[in-house]
Amino acid sequence: MEIDSNKDYIYDDAELDRYEGKVIEKLKTSSRKSIPDPDAWLDEDIKRNIVVTSLDWVINWARRSSMWTAVCYPACCGMEWMATLAPRFDGSRFGLEIMRASPRQADLLITAGTLTWKMAPNVKRIYEQMAEPKWVIAMGACGISGGIFRSGYNVVPGYNKIIPVDVYVPGCPPRPEALLYGIQQLQKKIAKIKAVPDLDELPNPLKKGTKL
Amino acid sequence: MTLALTAKEIVSQLSTRFPGAIEEAGANAALVKSDSLLAVAEHLKTADGLKFDYLNYITAVDYYDYFEVVYMLTSLEYNRSVTLKVRCYSRNNPTVPSLASIYQGADWQEREVYDLMGIKFKGHPNLKRILLWEGFDGYPLRKDWNR
Repeated sequence: MEIDSNKDYIYDDAELDRYEGKVIEKLKTSSRKSIPDPDAWLDEDIKRNIVVTSLDWVINWARRSSMWTAVCYPACCGMEWMATLAPRFDGSRFGLEIMRASPRQADLLITAGTLTWKMAPNVKRIYEQMAEPKWVIAMGACGISGGIFRSGYNVVPGYNKIIPVDVYVPGCPPRPEALLYGIQQLQKKIAKIKAVPDLDELPNPLKKGTKL
Repeated sequence: MTLALTAKEIVSQLSTRFPGAIEEAGANAALVKSDSLLAVAEHLKTADGLKFDYLNYITAVDYYDYFEVVYMLTSLEYNRSVTLKVRCYSRNNPTVPSLASIYQGADWQEREVYDLMGIKFKGHPNLKRILLWEGFDGYPLRKDWNR
């Protein structure tokens, strides 16, 4: 090991003692500072995670951010719907990457295709099996009005004749961008829903004659 | 490529076996008498050198004066196909013998023709509507049908 010419090495005993004294004094000074509370981390959780908001906002946020769709793709719009879910358009950015085979686990019904009267009872049943809250997007000209098949003897002129529709996405078929826009519109709609009932709408056990 | 056997080539083979069964032999199709359809189809399916063992489709045409039911048969063995036609002149109760006993695929095809054109297939095991629902008024592919 070479001797570093830039560093001041202490070779004198008296100088070494003085240096030692300085170090000790420094330690003593810093030891007078108060010790940090070892339990401080217990509060951090609370400090970080408390946000004041309304229950409505939180519930609606959860609902609109995880819309799972039921399967209802009777015709060609289904292709655009598949493209919407696929990586290029990536529907999961809007929380709808999961398609449910069972309508009982779905919140959203996207009506991607022409509906014939023969199929109508089944679509109605799918809708009725979905758990509340549930929404419907009428996708494409056929979904909105029956489209070019409207005057056919076998075609339902619009899903809204069978089930309530929340958002209409026109096009034949609508491009995935259009469908995503429709989904965003639906999310805006959901954000305004009154999810939590007012207190006086809830059953009050103190009131006489209340059934719980 | 499937080689279409002309109707005339078949007629020469059929007419000796079924005299009077072939009413008319066009360039692409043979017009068969309704009564002999079953026997002709059975022969076309099983006879050596013919073996038309595959039924491509059954469809029907409304010519106002009569209905024409069209069958297309293919021989997978000899790579040939042929078209048969049968006419029925009744408008209220048009009836044609069913091929379901010979070709299984005829079952649903004949139901579709019955559903949309109202032609009854005699001997069909389960002749009811297939695309439309029970209670639908009339037969929508008939020329005189109006909603």
